[in-house]
Amino acid sequence: MNQRSRLSLIVTQTLVLSLMLALFGRLFFLQVASGLKYQSAALSIQSRDIVNPAIRGAITDSSGIPLAMDRPGMQITVNRSAVDELPDKGSAVFAQLGKLLGMSAAQVFTKTRLCGELAIGQRSGCWNGTRQQPIPLTKLATEAQALKVLENPTIFPGVDAAPVPIRSYPALAGENAAHVLGYTGVVTDADLADTTKHFYRNEIVGKSGLEYVYDNYLRGTPGVKTLIVDRKEAITSVSQNTSPTPGNNLVTHLDARLQSATEAALASSVKRSRSLGYHADSGAAVVMDVKNGAILAMASYPTYDPNMWQKGLTTQQAKDLFSTATGVPALSRAIQGEYAPASTFKALSIVAASSAKYNLNALYDCPASLKVGTQLFRNFETKSQGHINMTEAIAVSCDTIWYQIAFDQWLKDGGLSPHPSLNDYFFNAARGFGVGKKTGIDLPGELSGRLPDRQWKQAYYDANKNFFCNYTKRAKPSDLTPYLIAIAHENCLDGNKLRAGDAVNFAIGQGDTLVTPLQLTDIYASIANGGTLWKPQVAKAVITPKGEVIKTFSPVINGKAPVTKSDIAFLHTALRAVATRGTAAGVFANYPIEVAGKTGTGQVLGRNPNGSAKDDTSWFASFAPAASPRYAVVMMVSQGGFGASVSAVGVKDIYSALFGVVGNKVDPAKAIFPSSGPSAALPKVDPKYAKLAAGTVTK
Amino acid sequence: MSRLLGEGRRARSFRNNISGYDKQLNFAVGALLLIGTLLVWAATRQWFASQGLDPQYYVKRHVLNIIIGLLLAYGTTLVDYRLLRAYTPFVWGAGVLGLVAVLIPGIGSTINGAKAWISFPGGFTLQPAELAKIAVIIGMAMLLAEARDKDSAPSHKDVMKSLVVALVPMALIMLEPDLGEALIISAAVIAIIGVSGAPSRWVIGLLLVGVLTGFVAVKAGVIHEYQVKRLQSFVNPSADPQQSGYQLRQSRITIGSGGIIGRGLFNGPQTNGRFVPEQQTDFIFTVAGEELGFLGSGFILLLFGLFFVRAFAIASRTTDIFGRLVCIGVIAWFAFQAFENMGMTMGLMPMTGVPLPFMSYGGSSMFANLVGLGLLQSVHLRSR
Repeated sequence: MNQRSRLSLIVTQTLVLSLMLALFGRLFFLQVASGLKYQSAALSIQSRDIVNPAIRGAITDSSGIPLAMDRPGMQITVNRSAVDELPDKGSAVFAQLGKLLGMSAAQVFTKTRLCGELAIGQRSGCWNGTRQQPIPLTKLATEAQALKVLENPTIFPGVDAAPVPIRSYPALAGENAAHVLGYTGVVTDADLADTTKHFYRNEIVGKSGLEYVYDNYLRGTPGVKTLIVDRKEAITSVSQNTSPTPGNNLVTHLDARLQSATEAALASSVKRSRSLGYHADSGAAVVMDVKNGAILAMASYPTYDPNMWQKGLTTQQAKDLFSTATGVPALSRAIQGEYAPASTFKALSIVAASSAKYNLNALYDCPASLKVGTQLFRNFETKSQGHINMTEAIAVSCDTIWYQIAFDQWLKDGGLSPHPSLNDYFFNAARGFGVGKKTGIDLPGELSGRLPDRQWKQAYYDANKNFFCNYTKRAKPSDLTPYLIAIAHENCLDGNKLRAGDAVNFAIGQGDTLVTPLQLTDIYASIANGGTLWKPQVAKAVITPKGEVIKTFSPVINGKAPVTKSDIAFLHTALRAVATRGTAAGVFANYPIEVAGKTGTGQVLGRNPNGSAKDDTSWFASFAPAASPRYAVVMMVSQGGFGASVSAVGVKDIYSALFGVVGNKVDPAKAIFPSSGPSAALPKVDPKYAKLAAGTVTK
Repeated sequence: MSRLLGEGRRARSFRNNISGYDKQLNFAVGALLLIGTLLVWAATRQWFASQGLDPQYYVKRHVLNIIIGLLLAYGTTLVDYRLLRAYTPFVWGAGVLGLVAVLIPGIGSTINGAKAWISFPGGFTLQPAELAKIAVIIGMAMLLAEARDKDSAPSHKDVMKSLVVALVPMALIMLEPDLGEALIISAAVIAIIGVSGAPSRWVIGLLLVGVLTGFVAVKAGVIHEYQVKRLQSFVNPSADPQQSGYQLRQSRITIGSGGIIGRGLFNGPQTNGRFVPEQQTDFIFTVAGEELGFLGSGFILLLFGLFFVRAFAIASRTTDIFGRLVCIGVIAWFAFQAFENMGMTMGLMPMTGVPLPFMSYGGSSMFANLVGLGLLQSVHLRSR
């Protein structure tokens, strides 16, 4: 062997062995390093899940009346494996089905296509399940349509009709509660991609409201039949077959009748406001048990029919839900609407003044206006009330007293050059009551409101400095008024500083302060109960279809408000005075229930789309009975006008339903709760519903 | 004297002959044959049963192929490979004739786009390219080993003659077209020329020519569209998701899903659902991947490794240049074919239709493989 040939032999040998090593390395990568990935890929190739939906649990009110439940529907399905075998691939069947169900044959065709079979952009309505599963065309077929399908298998080969559960919001007491209950829908690809949730394709899941938050309890477990198929999609074996387990029932603190009455009171307040000439674009009302934070009713206006989704939302309906022209019905104003609390905030100003050692029983001057710096701040009705004590100041809603106190305190804190250690009595009182912080209610999408304190001021300035300093270049032409330009110039120079105007506006709940109606309810409930800030809760308990209790939701304390016993006592008296001799006296004259509360009329900057100035926010925040409070009720009508004439009247309507007030008398038989208040006991779920839950879906 | 010794060796008894084999080489091949048989069965039983056919159809034929192949291998070892030189022109001529025959309409039959088979009555087919491989190896070895001293290098003329011997069958194979077989022969050609001691510019030149030819062939459209597609789908599996892309993807998933210990023999859902087309032939390794896992497939690689280690040992030990070149040709053939086949199933190599030596179903390939084994053992027997 010569040298070259020996070398070549060694080279060849090395080459061959390295080829083998390369194969070994690749094998290791595929089977050991990425084995799990390929195992799941293989599983998705081989297996086809047929999901048999579970009956979704009901959502009931505290007495067991279902607010949301599954009811029997009739589903017409197409079996693709059978239809595809037909000589015409089913086009005749689709035409017949279209005629029967009032759709076009093309619609039937699209609905029976797997999404992957259609071009992107033409997938609207496609089926995101498997080919093996009967594909539903409608769940709302009539009995006649179902019979026609079942009796004519030659006209409708591969078509079947069978009863299925469909989600329904029966409104048994006339309630709507759409924003609280939420709605359900077919699981999306994004949900399926979420590995923390174990959804099945085509499963119905909660999308919003309680349906969303308590979906894990309500949903149940669908029955799953896993078929193993071969390359030709022929079924070779069944790898698992489980029957569905119905979901559990969610018992809420809501009361269907109270909810219905609250909605009606809110709607009539909106109507009343409009008849008074205000825009009244939306509103909210909340009823809370002050002893535990239970939400007994929660309404938002405008609303929508929660059954809409089951019928299949039309494009117009979907648009309307989020359109400003229709008032954005999808928005839950009680937790997602943020408004200046206006004079309802003065209850917190009392707490601030008390902690700043002001004597609440002394007399204070309530002039028609007060000059703070160069600016004149007016009393609400531009009227002097003379020398009055604090109780009267609350009752008649004097503003100038608060301007003076807030201005004095602002000066004490150093004015435009703040001291290193600040008292900030007003901000601290508001923060102590949870302003600017979410209440943590068991509903999705809650907003936090806004506490415009010094830190917020600085952050806002940092974010908007450029705009203010280039206002004439960047603002809309319609906003280029001399007044706004002057403000912008001021903001550009020292917008990060808390000015005297900010301080005095804050003391009367104006300026940049924002709260949600639910936050204000929580605040007034805490005033009512002596200072406990509850985490508001809608859910009371989860019980199985057989009635066993799985979970009860005990009250949760968010915190203690920074109030003394004497502050509470003072506030109870002062807020009661509002209804007896103050701004709401006219509304509650001769009313048999002792209501304590505060009106609020919040000024709103800005303009409506049609150019008109925005009307005031109408508030009434209250609790009752004043002597031993049990309920906090708050109503807000956006652009509703005066607090007293619009919202206070609405709140009175709610109390009337709550306590059974007829004329000027209380009829205990008509009261929604016994005199001891809402019962802590859990209801038996309606037997009609129990039967449905057990799986007897019959027509 | 040496002639007498040769006679004496030829007169050895059957028993002595068997015991003279390289046992580790035989063990490696025996184990591959056994595992291959189980895999062919696993790949076909359920699918055939579900189609209402005999589930043992393939495995029976596979065993028959092995028996015939083993007889051929045994026959090969009986013949002194040095005497083969005399018959080389006939072997080569037969191979070329077969390759010409498949191109004649009516005789050749087309499977998977290549006109590579001659059909016989009774459903038997023969792939002349497999025979041609052996013919090229022996032919080149003869020309490059002939008439020179142990330490002298072959002349340029010898190298050119040997290239003609290789290029005629290769050209015919390219006409079928069967890119995979042509590549295997190229690998053998380059290895033989290299080890023959020929000037290294031949090896380098040939490698360059190979690359250039491939490039020009793709550009000029000599290579068929389906081959371009296969290459494209190797680079980008979604380019042709339904056909070769599908096959490559399924193949990789099937192997990967086997994990460390595999799904168990006969228990692979991918295999039983027949998600990998051609699984008993070119994709037999995917059955091992899924059902036997990393342990089983790794063992198969080890068996191939053992095979090559022993084959190289035989090539190094023999003092006969012709024998060494035959061994190197056979090694290059098996090594490239095994690498191409398993590499393709794992997404390392583009798709070309070559079977896995000793394991894939297919008569011609099995016969040729076992004759290749016979050649190695024949060199081994006579180099002691």
